[in-house]
Amino acid sequence: MRVPFALALGGIVSLVFVAMAGLSYLWTPYDAEALSIANRLKPPSAEHWFGTDHFGRDIFSMIMVGARTSIAVAVASVGIGMGLGVPLGLWAAARRGSWLDEVIMRGNDLVFAFPSLLIAIMIAALAGPSVMNAILAIGIFNIPVFARLTRGGALSLWQREFVMAARVAGKGAARISAEHILPNLANLLIVQGTIQFSVGILVEAALSYVGIGAQPPTPSWGRMLAEAQTMVSFAPHMALFPGLAIVLTVLGLNLMGDGLRDLLDPRGRERTA
Amino acid sequence: MLRYLLIRLVSLTATLIAASVVIFLVMAVIPGNPAVLILGINAQEDTLAALRAELGLNRTLPEQYLAWIGGLVQGDFGTSYTYKVPVAELILDRIWISLPLTLYALALSTAIAFPVGIIAATARGGVLDFGIMGATQLGIAIPNFWFAMMLVFVFAVTLGWFGAGGFPGWDDPLAAIKALTLPAIALALPQASILARVMRSALLETLDEDYIRTARAKGLSRGGMLWRHALRNAMIPVLTILGLQFSFLLAGAIIIENVFFLPGLGRLVFQGITQRDLIVVQSTVMLLVFAVIVVTFLVDLAYALVDPRLRR
Repeated sequence: MRVPFALALGGIVSLVFVAMAGLSYLWTPYDAEALSIANRLKPPSAEHWFGTDHFGRDIFSMIMVGARTSIAVAVASVGIGMGLGVPLGLWAAARRGSWLDEVIMRGNDLVFAFPSLLIAIMIAALAGPSVMNAILAIGIFNIPVFARLTRGGALSLWQREFVMAARVAGKGAARISAEHILPNLANLLIVQGTIQFSVGILVEAALSYVGIGAQPPTPSWGRMLAEAQTMVSFAPHMALFPGLAIVLTVLGLNLMGDGLRDLLDPRGRERTA
Repeated sequence: MLRYLLIRLVSLTATLIAASVVIFLVMAVIPGNPAVLILGINAQEDTLAALRAELGLNRTLPEQYLAWIGGLVQGDFGTSYTYKVPVAELILDRIWISLPLTLYALALSTAIAFPVGIIAATARGGVLDFGIMGATQLGIAIPNFWFAMMLVFVFAVTLGWFGAGGFPGWDDPLAAIKALTLPAIALALPQASILARVMRSALLETLDEDYIRTARAKGLSRGGMLWRHALRNAMIPVLTILGLQFSFLLAGAIIIENVFFLPGLGRLVFQGITQRDLIVVQSTVMLLVFAVIVVTFLVDLAYALVDPRLRR
């Protein structure tokens, strides 16, 4: 089986960022939290690849450590979305047309009607800004995404012969969903999971940028950008590199998602090629 | 059509009521006593009680909800605790930045995405298509607030073509539009990338249909076929995304306003958050959600106009 170019490229870029986050626990070029006023606002150089910020901290090291926050938020919020959305979607599909299906789907529509950012802002307004609340806010908005996808996929599977055979064999709806429907939806869910992962990274960056995500001293790409904003005119490197880190990670994940779709669903290849 | 309209209106009202209940409950249920939040934990018990009475917090939840919603319907959005003026006034002052910014960005996004998507679809599989698809992948991955900062650096700081932020007011419409241009570009570009991709794939899908081949076989030119048949049928998915984009742009405007120091609804909400002015946050969020839900409703109506089959 040939691995699509997009998948290979996206996979490599994504892996580099995961590896950077992992490596940051063991080694960073400099201590990401060490202040050094003598070295403040240095442009990129051989010593400081991406330069230093207004406290003299090494930006490359901060980006390495910041990758942890991005990955943690994305993983946790996709986990919430899948953990709740997939069972809800399976349940709705198994009871197609019942009031339960109707309630689940209308609830989904309602969540969809809210711009996710607004709810995140509201939660932060009341519960206080934190990484945890950012995860919750992003996670809640992943639930309908996965619920819809699962329900849609499951509905067509319920019409297939092998599911009918399982019903004739006397298996209950819950067992059929777990043993026959879910495994056949795995591809679809993996592809969507990759895409929601990249969305999570973008939203986390935005929330931290406006000050309602990660709080000091938790390092975060979004917060680095917020701090860089007032210094754009004389220290553009402070804004450039964390932004590039976000762009590359999101691009890598999106390419990986597209590549996975091509690989796992050859029928869709025509359209995305 | 009338029956369809009625059903949609009932569902619109139901969604709005459900949304308002959700917003109200989120604000009411989340731990933290608003009076304590405003006055601080060292406040005297009698001052707290007085403030609670002033804010109407000593009533039951259903009473508070009905009072809030009843006010909203009559245009009373509550009174800001920090500004001591009606929230409606605060919103009215600021909506003339956020709304034009959103519409400006929507217009830009559409103006870029339509031709780009059509070109990519007609050049399907070619170098141009590949280049456009690559560029849109990049566009989707760029956080709009970072793009905004880069625009400021290039066009305001380095080239000096635009101001780096602030808003001169609508007395001088040209200056106002100029001040909104960089923010609108920053908002529009990522959305235009998504829209162009949707436009392309929707067009490709319709171009594969039998009736398109028939139209071509009958001797209709490529362009004529594109305009008369393919584009019209590709509009349904494009309209869906356009409706969604309004909601993204409106929420995005809140973030972008921060980059350009624009005194719009976004600044109002964030000030409300830092000053614990909860009624400002609650009513502004409700207004934004209201706008999003109504736009979704209008998009649904637009489908019915484009595709008569959906009226049933």
